[in-house]
Amino acid sequence: MRAGGVLSHAEAVSAAAHGNDAVAPAVSPLARKSSGAASDLVAAYLIKACACLAIVSLVLIFVFIGKEALPVFTSAEIRQEAGVGELFLPAAEAPAFAWQPVSEPPRYSLLPLLAGTLKVTVIAVLAAIPLAIAAALFTSEFAPAWLREIIKPVIELLAGIPSVVIGFFCLMVLADWLQQAFGWTFRLNAITAGLGLSLAVIPIVYTMAEDAFTSVPRAYREGSLAMGASRWQTAWRIVLPASSAGLLAACVLGFGRAVGETMIVLMASGNSALLSLSPTESIRTFSATIAAELGEVVVGSSHYHVLFFIGAFLFVLTFLANLAGHWWIGRLQRRLQGAT
Amino acid sequence: MRMTHALVAAPVLLALAGCGQSVGNGQQSGGAKAKTVTIKGSDTMVILCGRWAEIYMHHNPGVKVQVTGGGTGVGVAALINGGTDICAASRPMKDKEKAQVKARHGKDAVAPGKEVCETPVALDGLSVIVNESNPAEQLSLDQLDGIYRGKIADWKEVGGAPGRIVCYGRENSSGTHLYFKEHVLKNQDFAANVQSLPGTAAIINAVSKDKSGIGYSGVGFVVPGVKEIKVSAKEGEKGILPTKENVVSGVYPISRKLYFYTVGEPAGEVKTFIEWTLGEEGQKVCEQVGYYPMPRR
Repeated sequence: MRAGGVLSHAEAVSAAAHGNDAVAPAVSPLARKSSGAASDLVAAYLIKACACLAIVSLVLIFVFIGKEALPVFTSAEIRQEAGVGELFLPAAEAPAFAWQPVSEPPRYSLLPLLAGTLKVTVIAVLAAIPLAIAAALFTSEFAPAWLREIIKPVIELLAGIPSVVIGFFCLMVLADWLQQAFGWTFRLNAITAGLGLSLAVIPIVYTMAEDAFTSVPRAYREGSLAMGASRWQTAWRIVLPASSAGLLAACVLGFGRAVGETMIVLMASGNSALLSLSPTESIRTFSATIAAELGEVVVGSSHYHVLFFIGAFLFVLTFLANLAGHWWIGRLQRRLQGAT
Repeated sequence: MRMTHALVAAPVLLALAGCGQSVGNGQQSGGAKAKTVTIKGSDTMVILCGRWAEIYMHHNPGVKVQVTGGGTGVGVAALINGGTDICAASRPMKDKEKAQVKARHGKDAVAPGKEVCETPVALDGLSVIVNESNPAEQLSLDQLDGIYRGKIADWKEVGGAPGRIVCYGRENSSGTHLYFKEHVLKNQDFAANVQSLPGTAAIINAVSKDKSGIGYSGVGFVVPGVKEIKVSAKEGEKGILPTKENVVSGVYPISRKLYFYTVGEPAGEVKTFIEWTLGEEGQKVCEQVGYYPMPRR
């Protein structure tokens, strides 16, 4: 479900970044009434059907998740154990915020999970974005062509590594390195998981940022260089600001990936639901909680519905982030167009 | 993980068994009809029974062994109602339950006092493991309870080198997690900072690399880098290692027997099946699935 959301967004953003050329081929066969008109028509409808299928399945997924999450608000029986108050407000007995779904009575405070999710996402995004954007800037502005032909595919290959492999690497190797280097009490903690997560975020941000840089018109660079600016000044003061909309889209996508990524955090974060700010303590994220618990939960129990509520919550969170990103990108683009 | 497999295995086995109905001892019905043995009960045992059923059916194509989970309580209820040939149980049957079986099936009993036949088929136990450099040698059940509930936070309180105790455990969907919670924590909650790892191998790996770590796993998983802790039932008593002998003889405190229950002495195909599970091949399956075999008689 998460991957679907992110992908469709990626397509939307790249379509926006490259103008409307992505839509054009689907329309042109219709206009050309030649001998192959019938097969063109069929192909056009097939393509349309594929596009609609993506949208329909996305909507259906959301409807399903929403339907399963709804009893948290509507069912009196479930509200007693896991109403919105239990999910977000402090409980009467200590500890005030506890995620103990198999306890008697069960405790379903979402705040430790929310804290864990945000903590690891912020760490991953902070580690990945500067690195990915700097790498993209280097490949598009400074690297000689042969070097770019090596770096670009290699970083993009990073996106092809299954997240379970990255998670395993973090669990077995990265955790040791970090613990030996910094002497942390907990091997598996928010930083370990966050750095692992950044490996998954880097290729996404890099690819988008690289696209954004290369789509900056050549005339901008030539103008800048002609005015006597150095290559670094051109890159920093002309190319970077001119591609800010694309960079923002890259960041939003990276954030979405980090929030929803499951396997890496499941394996490398330690999965203890603690409400703390310390980045060296173990964390439990929303996505890992769903992955770890949904398989065994009794269908229809409050635990089941709470897990779906978490899913819906994640969905809304990434949706809002994407929406805000889009709005901001639109604003930036308008401002840039006004300036030229 | 064991539980996950169990849930997957149950419907698959049901499908394998096809239209096979619970018809009691297949031998009695005789004829060309396929003989069916039904097993119902403990979720912990579903994967074990599933493996047994698979191999047994392979050797005996004319027999169907149908395995269903649901929990020991479900299996006991089915045994009382005559809904299953064998009840798989991860705890001994209560006297009250035995009395119910007696009331329902008293006439079928071979001899008085033998209304319910209990057959231990495998042993299940948990090792407590620490890093091999940890000087702590033994822990009592109460100390383990304190460690995993966050009341004991430093190794020096329990005979180790000073340092924060880092607890590793399984996800709350795991049968091992529930077993530890029931038997060691007396059904209280784990402390929030117990780290849940995805699987026994991850726990062992973490403990082998973490000098202050402690974890639990199924018996017989010890690898270089970790050592098993001796566990005593009470503080001050002699700690016991979960060796095969200690688990098999029942002196190791965190172990339990897994049972098959039948109404009266098993007969016919049920008897053949149970005897096969206790035989060499059946007991080897136990060890493959992660349990200890029953002591040889």
